[in-house]
Amino acid sequence: MSTGDVLLELRGVSRTFDVSPPWLNRVLERKPRVLLRAVENVDLAIRRGETLGLVGESGCGKSTVARLIVGLYPPTQGTIRYEGVVLAGAGVEASDSAAQRRARRGMQMIFQDPYASLNPRWRVADIVAEPLRVQEGALPGAAIEARVGALLGQVGLAPVDGIKYPHQFSGGQRQRISIARALATQPSFLVCDEPTSALDVSVQAQVLNLMRDLQREFALTYLFISHNLAVVHHIADRVGVMYLGRIVELAPTRRLFAMPQHPYTRMLLEAVPDLSMTGKSRTAVAGEVPNPLDPPPGCAFHPRCPLADARCRQEVPKLLAVAVGGEAACHAVEEGRIPSSATA
Amino acid sequence: MTEPRHADGPLLTVERLRVEFPTRRGTLVAVHDVSFEIAPGEVLGVVGESGAGKSITGAAIIGLIDPPGRIAHGRVTLGGRRIDNLPYDEMRRIRGKEIGAIFQDPLTSLNPLYTIGRQLTETIRTHLDMNETAARDRAIALLEEVGIPAAARRIDHYPHQFSGGMRQRVVIALALAANPRLIVADEPTTALDVSIQAQVIQLLKRLCREHGTAVMLVTHDMGVIAETADRVAVMYAGRIVEIGPVSDVIHRPRHPYSSGLMGSIPSIVDERERLTQIDGSMPRLTAVPSGCAFHPRCPRAFERCSRERPELIDAGATRAACWLHAGTTVEEIA
Repeated sequence: MSTGDVLLELRGVSRTFDVSPPWLNRVLERKPRVLLRAVENVDLAIRRGETLGLVGESGCGKSTVARLIVGLYPPTQGTIRYEGVVLAGAGVEASDSAAQRRARRGMQMIFQDPYASLNPRWRVADIVAEPLRVQEGALPGAAIEARVGALLGQVGLAPVDGIKYPHQFSGGQRQRISIARALATQPSFLVCDEPTSALDVSVQAQVLNLMRDLQREFALTYLFISHNLAVVHHIADRVGVMYLGRIVELAPTRRLFAMPQHPYTRMLLEAVPDLSMTGKSRTAVAGEVPNPLDPPPGCAFHPRCPLADARCRQEVPKLLAVAVGGEAACHAVEEGRIPSSATA
Repeated sequence: MTEPRHADGPLLTVERLRVEFPTRRGTLVAVHDVSFEIAPGEVLGVVGESGAGKSITGAAIIGLIDPPGRIAHGRVTLGGRRIDNLPYDEMRRIRGKEIGAIFQDPLTSLNPLYTIGRQLTETIRTHLDMNETAARDRAIALLEEVGIPAAARRIDHYPHQFSGGMRQRVVIALALAANPRLIVADEPTTALDVSIQAQVIQLLKRLCREHGTAVMLVTHDMGVIAETADRVAVMYAGRIVEIGPVSDVIHRPRHPYSSGLMGSIPSIVDERERLTQIDGSMPRLTAVPSGCAFHPRCPRAFERCSRERPELIDAGATRAACWLHAGTTVEEIA
């Protein structure tokens, strides 16, 4: 499916948030500055035409990656390139050059909550038309109207739905409106942050099928972020697993689910309740995600990892290629200490 | 306390339950003619999409329907005693003592101003005849039982000092405080991450096995049901459309809605190009279609479906409310 042609590249991207108490409290109560490292040293390349899934538990930094890519946050470190144009990062002074604006027009975002991401006071036609109106060299009114009608048709709504307001639609239909809005400027890259998490399963199936159809029709590239492993397994070509701000494993979907390497990936896969699990019981996973304000030294997963040793407690593992394909950031995988690669 | 008349009979019986919400535009019927039983030690899963009436059914059993909503018809019997028509104060004594409740959001189920120890001992002393020291010992034992490390120290902490998964364990400990015979758990794992969700499911299953507690598990997550429940009831537009043993409902569903629902769930095991799609969405309560409420979305609907509403009929190992299974029975009778 993928041609190997890189559309978007993140190199050494980090993002830190300052969550310190207010200045006066710091002075009076002698509280220190507190920095939250939401994303740390992430390298990621998304190839044209593929769907890259990004999974992880809450607080692992997957949504921050999405926001860094579309430019809602600037990165603290590292560079983000889209079609070879540096969008953000070290050595970029003007963050709003013509080339950057052109590149940004190629990407759009779909958000999780279709109730919060549509303006309740706007008619659907205006919501979908807005990206067309704000872009340079906007189309004449009649052309916009025709385009909005066509877009609504593409996502399975009727052109006459344009005169309605968002509250007149169900959650799934609203998410279709978000998708129509995202497609308005004919982007080639969509960042989807939990696009189906707020939907019921039967509606989720409708939206996932629609996203597949649209991908084929318009040769779209997706970054698909979800906490739901089954959804990512269904839609993604490659999957990245994040834990506490870092990518711990990145591999083609089939390899990741059949032969997970990183102990965290294995743990996640074992934890997913699945329809095939009727009557079976499984080994429970111990522990919880540590506080991101005070991450453990070395590999952030070591306190929960059954294979952790002295090296894991000190040295942060690098994301290295593994023999079965893909990459994993784990000393145990690198040293061949993991039990046989075929898992339960 | 009334003991069940026979030990192997059902603990909870719900018969033809109907819950109504009067509004200015007429009466909305959120739960329609719902009947089921739960045996001691059994986990009944109740699934459905938002608006199916599954949470309202749970709320009706624990007597927590917000007015002006009301139980308009039907009976709820717990261990032989009718509980749906009890006065408020009497129901309050049953809640907590005989029925424990676990809700989705562990933060709103706990009082942020009291230590968890105080909340636990208060609940224990309300329902059981114990002094402060004994209640505190029991609270520590409960926290240990639900897997909270260093329970003797953690008991004096406030809810905000616990993580989401730990808070949900505290909520479970609260629900268990007076050794209830039934637990109504409404989306107990939905707010939790997968790894924590697995821990909470394990815990619920173990407690159910060890104490013989019956559980009504309301969730939209079929994976959780598959792993936890013994039997499943699938709800659609306020009614049960299929009920039966968990593996039959999941792997051999008889109602077209159940099979659509199962097919629409992505799995980490099999690979499919497309998910089964049920077009449209659940009807609003103001506009429930005539006949079988599912017929406008049903791929196998025929003329009778829009005219007459099917009751639950035996269909293989399950019972399904669908005319597809009526023909055979009628022929067999004839």
